Amino acid sequence: MNALLFYSTLCIYFIATVTYMAYLLKPRQILGRAAHWLIAGGFLLHCAFTVARYFEAGHTPITNLHESLSFFSLTIIGVFIAFERRYHVFILGSFVTPLALILMLASSLYPSAIPELPPALMSRWLFVHTTLAFVSYATFTVAFGAAIMYLIQERFLKKKQLGSLYQKLPSLDLLDEINYRCLTFGFPLLTVAIITGAIWAETAWGTYWSWDPKETWSLITWFIYAALLHGRLTTGWRGKRAALFSIVGFFVLLFTFLGVNLLPSESLHSYERLLGGKNR
Amino acid sequence: MNIVVVGLSHKTASVEIREKVAFAPNQMEKPLRELVELPDINEAVIVSTCNRVEIYASTHDVAGGMARLKRFLAGYHDISLDILEPHLYSYHGEAAIRHLFRVASSLDSMVVGEPQILGQIKTAYGYAAEYKASGIILNRFLHKAFSVAKRVRTETRIASSAVSVSFAAVELAKKIFGDLTDKTVMLIGAGEMCELAAKHFLNSGVRGVMVTNRTYERAVRLAEEFDGKAVRFEDLFDQLHKADIILSSTGATHFIIGAKDVEGVIRQRRQKPMFFIDIAVPRDIDPKVNDVANVYLYDMDDLQGVVASNLQLRAEEAKKAEGIIDQEIGRFFNWLSMLEVTPTIVALRSRFEEVRQAELAKTLASWKDLPPDGQKRLDALTSAITNKLLHPPTTLLKRTGQGGRTDLYVDALRQLYELETGEPQEEELGDLEE
Repeated sequence: MNALLFYSTLCIYFIATVTYMAYLLKPRQILGRAAHWLIAGGFLLHCAFTVARYFEAGHTPITNLHESLSFFSLTIIGVFIAFERRYHVFILGSFVTPLALILMLASSLYPSAIPELPPALMSRWLFVHTTLAFVSYATFTVAFGAAIMYLIQERFLKKKQLGSLYQKLPSLDLLDEINYRCLTFGFPLLTVAIITGAIWAETAWGTYWSWDPKETWSLITWFIYAALLHGRLTTGWRGKRAALFSIVGFFVLLFTFLGVNLLPSESLHSYERLLGGKNR
Repeated sequence: MNIVVVGLSHKTASVEIREKVAFAPNQMEKPLRELVELPDINEAVIVSTCNRVEIYASTHDVAGGMARLKRFLAGYHDISLDILEPHLYSYHGEAAIRHLFRVASSLDSMVVGEPQILGQIKTAYGYAAEYKASGIILNRFLHKAFSVAKRVRTETRIASSAVSVSFAAVELAKKIFGDLTDKTVMLIGAGEMCELAAKHFLNSGVRGVMVTNRTYERAVRLAEEFDGKAVRFEDLFDQLHKADIILSSTGATHFIIGAKDVEGVIRQRRQKPMFFIDIAVPRDIDPKVNDVANVYLYDMDDLQGVVASNLQLRAEEAKKAEGIIDQEIGRFFNWLSMLEVTPTIVALRSRFEEVRQAELAKTLASWKDLPPDGQKRLDALTSAITNKLLHPPTTLLKRTGQGGRTDLYVDALRQLYELETGEPQEEELGDLEE
């Protein structure tokens, strides 16, 4: 049942992404609308999958790579739909849904067995901390998509190459606005996620902060977005500079999410460690 | 039944001729009523805009109908037909259908892709419908033209880009700023182009206009015209940060705004974007200004480049539109053909049945001792013969209804069997479009 839900979600995301790509190439409003409803349908299925998995496992399904990649993808699509509806820009989907699709494909490559969770981690904090973190990641992913679009559109305007993609991309102002909104939503979420993480660490392991690689990199990510927010609010950073910052921030964020597992030092947050059930 | 059109447009007649034959929009009742009272003319729609005057009609007699329309157009406006004739074009059948579809889709317009024409045709049809000058054929024809125009509009980008320099500037501004309603335009210098562009910006809803000129009095005069604010030329750089869009066209022989100036201004604006439009030749603004972050500079050549590529895009899109029209003509033509076919088939069948019944009755009357079984057999036999004979022409007609020489067959059958068919009825035609 879960596998069926998972693969139908994957399938619909695939079709929706292809439709968004077609929308990028063909000026048909109907393609955009079709893609929008497809992705919304996929999102509902994905929610169903996640809820079913929650009840089967008895805890929030973000304890191994299969689950986390899928959960990340779910939050990206959720946040994206919210922004698409708010700003009426279907074309944002052409830049964001491929990322969610890649995450789902990656997720499908990892074993889907439900891991035994060490008792220390069985807590309400698991849900609160991880959901906050993932929603903030998702918001920054949408900001990343808008930033790429901004850079493309800005290049077109500066180089005076006004082709069909230029026609279709929204105004620089709107793209910058989306970027800014993402930042104002994502940054507080990330802040609270880090704080709840620290509180949870205190209850589970007895210490608020242990400079675990995941914690360190989360802090680095936080500083990058804090710098961007500060720049925007005080000296009027915007446009290209803000877009470049969001792109850098996104790659650091990806490293925080995935790359930390590749580091030689063992992290408390590493999914393999969680899987093995070993704890400090 | 055939569709014909007679008319003239900006392509065939100068404005002096066009204005003479134009119909005033609030006096459409009289000409429409006169038209449908003409012999040969069943239905009529008059399209009268500043670029074209056309009469669409349905008629049984193509040549006679077109001649009558021409005489009507000349007679109604008191012009000799000899003067009018060289400017007139007339089409019938498929060509007339193509003509209206092209006109409605704005492919025949002076500026291809301009959006007004569709609305004008809708108004024209409104009058015809109001005064009952249009019937089932023109109703269907006009509605089809509206849907074709809509399809062309949504499936091609024929109207999606600006084809004048000042509109191109407005469109660029929208791609930079999104909404223009809280933006301020600054005019540096004066000139026709500059003022025209400023008007376009005002129509797009910009909040304010500032005007500066080396002669302050001229700036004041122009500012009054735009309901804006005059700025002394010496104060240009003190005020520049207040402007989002700058239109420059002074007679200066050197750059009056350099990259360094703009860098200072953009800092003062906390990086809020600026859009410089340099209409002057020689140029007023150093091209290096375009390299400053969040600043966009377009000069006359750039804008003309945008217009040229937009025109090219429209030409390409127009080809696509012609393809759509080809498809739709086929569909509509099938419907029109079937309009004739169904009543003809019905008439042919009843003619055969009539003859059969009459002959059968005669035979039975003279053959008194035929048992009931024999009567039945005789009935079945004659019925089978007529059906067998009718089968090939029926299927042929139905098949040729899908685009063939239907008219030819229909006319031949009518004459051969002396058929009389009434006017086609909407209900029995069904919908052949989908």
